[in-house]
Amino acid sequence: MKILSLLNKPTSGSLEINGEEVGENQSAFRRQIGVVSHQTFLYNHLTAFENLAFYGRMYEVPRLRERISQVMEEVGLQYVLGDPVRTFSRGMQQRLAIARAILHSPAALFLDEPYTGLDQHAVEILNQVLLGLQNQQRTVILVTHNFDQGLNLCDQAVIMVKGQLAHQAGREEFMARDFKQVYLRCVEGS
Amino acid sequence: MGYWRKLGALVGKDIAVEFKTKEMLSSMFIFSFLVIVIFAFAFTPSRATTREVFPGILWIGFAFAGVLGLNRSFAGEKDNDCLLGLMLTPVDRTAIFLAKAASNLLFLVAVEAVSLPLFFVLFDYRLEGPLWLLLAVILLGTIGFIVIGTFLAALAANTRASEILLPLILFPVIMPVVIGAVKCTAIVLAGVPPELKGELVRWVQLLGVYNIIFLTVPLMLFDYVLEV
Amino acid sequence: MRGKAHNLRGHNLVAWITAFLMLVSLYAIFWYAPLEKYMLEVQKIFYIHVGAAWNAFFAFFVVFVASVLYLKTRDLKYDVLAAASAEVGLLFTTIVLLTGPIWGKHSWNTWWTWEPRLTTTLILWFIYFAYFLVRAGVAEKARRAVLSAVFGIIGFLDVPIIYISVRWWGSHPMVFGKTGGGLHPMMLHALIVSVVAFTFLYVYFCQKAMALENTRQELQEIKEKLRERI
Repeated sequence: MKILSLLNKPTSGSLEINGEEVGENQSAFRRQIGVVSHQTFLYNHLTAFENLAFYGRMYEVPRLRERISQVMEEVGLQYVLGDPVRTFSRGMQQRLAIARAILHSPAALFLDEPYTGLDQHAVEILNQVLLGLQNQQRTVILVTHNFDQGLNLCDQAVIMVKGQLAHQAGREEFMARDFKQVYLRCVEGS
Repeated sequence: MGYWRKLGALVGKDIAVEFKTKEMLSSMFIFSFLVIVIFAFAFTPSRATTREVFPGILWIGFAFAGVLGLNRSFAGEKDNDCLLGLMLTPVDRTAIFLAKAASNLLFLVAVEAVSLPLFFVLFDYRLEGPLWLLLAVILLGTIGFIVIGTFLAALAANTRASEILLPLILFPVIMPVVIGAVKCTAIVLAGVPPELKGELVRWVQLLGVYNIIFLTVPLMLFDYVLEV
Repeated sequence: MRGKAHNLRGHNLVAWITAFLMLVSLYAIFWYAPLEKYMLEVQKIFYIHVGAAWNAFFAFFVVFVASVLYLKTRDLKYDVLAAASAEVGLLFTTIVLLTGPIWGKHSWNTWWTWEPRLTTTLILWFIYFAYFLVRAGVAEKARRAVLSAVFGIIGFLDVPIIYISVRWWGSHPMVFGKTGGGLHPMMLHALIVSVVAFTFLYVYFCQKAMALENTRQELQEIKEKLRERI
């Protein structure tokens, strides 16, 4: 996952984004990905707007103000723009984290266990936001241990066991069969 | 140009956070104030010997307040894994280091600006040398303290018990800065007697060399410290 | 397994050489080298002191080189070397700091003088103690290696500046005569023998410390494998 988010260089193999190999110059490619993890990467004491404005400057987002109000609307937080992040609930913070990740319109969005620590209601809102994102032209990679959440949202599923690709399936396959069985077999077989 | 604009944004962010919490500046200032008071009790301010140790007291106050601030400087970045978030952005790692050093420098200079007059008033000390020279040597020493301090604070932030670790790893390394800064300050406070002019130049050179070395080396090594 | 047995045979060779050289240096120090005119027997500690001091600096130089090599290659064996060398260096620094005052008590009549070399050694001791605090503070192997390598580099680069600053600082209030300026040729021979003997002692300790660390890591791996089975 650290390789995918361009934090570490791969120890073996190579990484391609949009058909271009990522070599030494990782920083240019960082512009093309957005990352949401169970950590929000947000500054608690700054307001939602200040957080987005700061990250926007880091990503050199053009016409930042407009873009901020646009993404805040997408995640449904337009009314709390001026509130400090520490006053937000966990679910709101996670939505703001998504807004932060799509702020620079990345080609790929990478979600690493985004459901951690969210209550049921917040999970539903998060899912709506994610489904909304799906309609835009963008690759979304979701890493999760939660089966039902993951399968409802995606159209390609990959099972990884100890860093090895164990199984790959399209939407039809995992909707048709009991995918959990496949998963368990993969884990035991290792 | 993008590099400097991002650096500015990073420093601006640090200032904005500090402006909201005020936890670093206030604790640093109160701490250096406390150091003054403690030393005033330990060495009677009116005695002549106190005048001799005054430069040392000054720098102990600055150094301890500085460590306090440095300890906090990366704690805020660790809160929601913000440092990781920063590293995901297309910003040069050296900009992250330089910006942190710049904002730490800014905070410590602000604290010094307030506590320096207090030191003079409470110890009833009269400055003999030119004021600009005193401010210059203090700034030179502070820069040395901050560049290596910021770097080691980033290093310590990656370890357990970083708050205790930082002073233990920082103070041996900044020994030359402490010696040089105290010597320079003492000479300037004494009004730069002609026979000590050469020595002052020598110490300033030492501080300058130290600052250059420990500004460039961290720039080369900062990538490794940020690695996860 | 065979490779390891071979390794240990190497250890034995170094051990025998070290033991032999140590005996030779004892002979050189106590029988071969003439008695110093003023300090008499106490001067003998000088050979041990210098032997340990030279190797302490050498050990920290090795830490520096191994740290740079680790960051370049990411080969954990350099990390093990750096840690082992720092450990032995810390031991030798401690010897220097213990023997220095004994010498100082006799020649300057105080236990401790802020003599530049002794003071630098003291700060060096602090720096490499801090090196182990950094190591102790990180659990993950690769990260510990990176952070301690960075600190090893910084610490070593600091040493010359510390030495210069301490010398300028100390030169003001008190002035010391140069020690060991006019060394008797036979004393010099004894000194060289003892430095060489200490160097071999350093190599021997370093080897052992590395073997110990490697074994420790192997044990850790075996434990992890066992844990997975459970």
